Amino acid sequence: MAILVGENTRLLVQGLGRDGSFQANRTREYGTNMVAAVHPGRDGQKFEDEVPYFSTVAKAVEETGANTGVIFVPAPFAMDAIIEQVDAGLELVVCITEGVPVLDMVKVMAYIKDKPTRLIGSNCPGVLSPASKAKVGIVPGNIVQPGNVGVVSRSGTLTYEAIAQLVQHGMGQSTCVGIGGDPIHGTTFTDVLELFQADDETEAIVLIGEIGGIREQLAADYIKEHVTKPVVAAIAGSSAPAGKRMGHAGAIITGKAALASEKNKALEAAGVHVVESPALIGAKMKEVLG
Amino acid sequence: MNIHEYQAKAILDKFGVPTPNAEVASTAAEAKEIASRIGGRVVVKAQVHAGGRGKVGGVKLVDSPEEAEQVAASLLGTRLVTNQTGASGVPVEKVMIAETLDIKDELYISIVIDGDVGAPLVMASTEGGMDIEEVAESTPEKIFRVAGDPLIGLTTYHARDIALALGVPAKSVRATTKLITDLYNVFVENDCSLVEINPLVITEDDQVFALDAKINIEDDALFRHPDLAALRDPNQQDPLEQRADKAELAYVKLEGGRVGCMVNGAGLAMATMDITKAAGADPANFLDIGGSADQDRIEEAFKIIIADDDVEMILVNLFAGIARSDIVAQGIVAAAKETNASVPMVVAMRGTNAEEGIKILADSGLNITGAPDLAGAAEVLKVKLLELGESN
Repeated sequence: MAILVGENTRLLVQGLGRDGSFQANRTREYGTNMVAAVHPGRDGQKFEDEVPYFSTVAKAVEETGANTGVIFVPAPFAMDAIIEQVDAGLELVVCITEGVPVLDMVKVMAYIKDKPTRLIGSNCPGVLSPASKAKVGIVPGNIVQPGNVGVVSRSGTLTYEAIAQLVQHGMGQSTCVGIGGDPIHGTTFTDVLELFQADDETEAIVLIGEIGGIREQLAADYIKEHVTKPVVAAIAGSSAPAGKRMGHAGAIITGKAALASEKNKALEAAGVHVVESPALIGAKMKEVLG
Repeated sequence: MNIHEYQAKAILDKFGVPTPNAEVASTAAEAKEIASRIGGRVVVKAQVHAGGRGKVGGVKLVDSPEEAEQVAASLLGTRLVTNQTGASGVPVEKVMIAETLDIKDELYISIVIDGDVGAPLVMASTEGGMDIEEVAESTPEKIFRVAGDPLIGLTTYHARDIALALGVPAKSVRATTKLITDLYNVFVENDCSLVEINPLVITEDDQVFALDAKINIEDDALFRHPDLAALRDPNQQDPLEQRADKAELAYVKLEGGRVGCMVNGAGLAMATMDITKAAGADPANFLDIGGSADQDRIEEAFKIIIADDDVEMILVNLFAGIARSDIVAQGIVAAAKETNASVPMVVAMRGTNAEEGIKILADSGLNITGAPDLAGAAEVLKVKLLELGESN
């Protein structure tokens, strides 16, 4: 059993411009069951002559039984797409789009709070489970390998980096989850840790954090209380210049907690194997799993 | 996006936030005219996108229009170097002339997005006019925080709570409450990433004013605020940052480094900086090509990196998801050939179409050393830096 996605994933792709189409093709090549394409005005046509197009998500869900959605629409329309997918009752919505205005995400989070849909992102690489060939997002299918390490990360490209290191050291992945780097994102570290802890296929967890916010500390608290599986963590940004782009007020919300050193300290106190450089994730996991 | 104080004041005026009587001048003659119109003692403030201007003569009190003219003349056309600018400083092209007030108390108020709460957060403190980071560090209990509601906004009672926490005189509570509510509306309706009033002042006659204003607009939301987008002042930016902005690339110049970093993704950018430091060199800049980059943008990205005189070596660290390695490689090769760049490059390229990308680079005849991954890039970089050290 993977988490979030799997053999039962019936994928709907919304936004099939240049990038969306390219990624939809990679997804299908990988073996994921893409059942619907949503792009207004293309009803009756088929994506790559095979997958039916619909103008609305509701219609697509009704006709195809899609249960998972992935969003590639441009940032100005991302909030609308998320809400449309949530309203259509999809179980999982993954928003890949980057550059979604943060106040749009504030509204989205308030809107979906009591709804059954789980949102991942925005600005994330999505979810991939190698064993069940389920790829919802942009994690390259050719770098992963089935196995028992769960990967969760705030950064897109660092997720790939960690996967590549695991493979290099002979370890596959149960599920890889990129939760997104924006200040407001749907699914958090803590949510994913809970799923990995309950997942039989996952034996160990890689967590990749970044400077800023307090989400890594919340993850550390959760690990201390609830996670019995080994966790290897890396925090990117230990060398980032303090507040180069931030106003004073930005730096004082979380104060010191935003620093890599503070996050490392919290994770270590929770029994996590913290590596000092993101380049050492694979080697450390190898050592931990023996 | 940063905007000038006079532009922030115009936004506050529009939303009904009381500010001192003030106007902006581009010439010393205008400054004199404004000062005489306002009358009495006025303050002349250099309009630059950098804090710390008061400490380096960018804010001056003057007693006459003639003196305002002199001060304006001494500031306009110069570059102001503060602790928040690079060594070359930022140009002073405008000054704001503002009336002075009889101040009884200085307070602090700001609004930012709190990602962990998922809503705008209002922060207020009685320690106005001070370095607020210092206050947060040493006496965090002196900062009062209230989050707005994503759907309802900031309720009046919350705004009143803040006014009361600030200990404003009884006569000023109503005006302060309104000011805080209006500031919240400024934040939300203009898609701000920061609204900071430091200081917020109570005058001797118990009136309340936003004496200084710093407003940042969220770049990602500028598409729906063409009027705000027009406030951009590119002259306040580093010229290369300006070029990067135009090409929609995220470029950050870092002082004192010598390795130019081209990466995709903020997390990988940070990890790349971390390994560069660990390899014994500081990054001179980093340029994030982002998710979807076409060849023209990659070429421009490469040109921006080598246009930085501090760059002695380039580290390309790409793990392509949406971006395509072959397109990045074509862009690098085309730009390097066009500019005759001889700077040594260390390249790690993985992900979508990585094999094609690596082949394009290998066949290019450029001074490129490949690296298999992040750890490998760190090792190759270390060796190459040593070689570079010996040849210099």
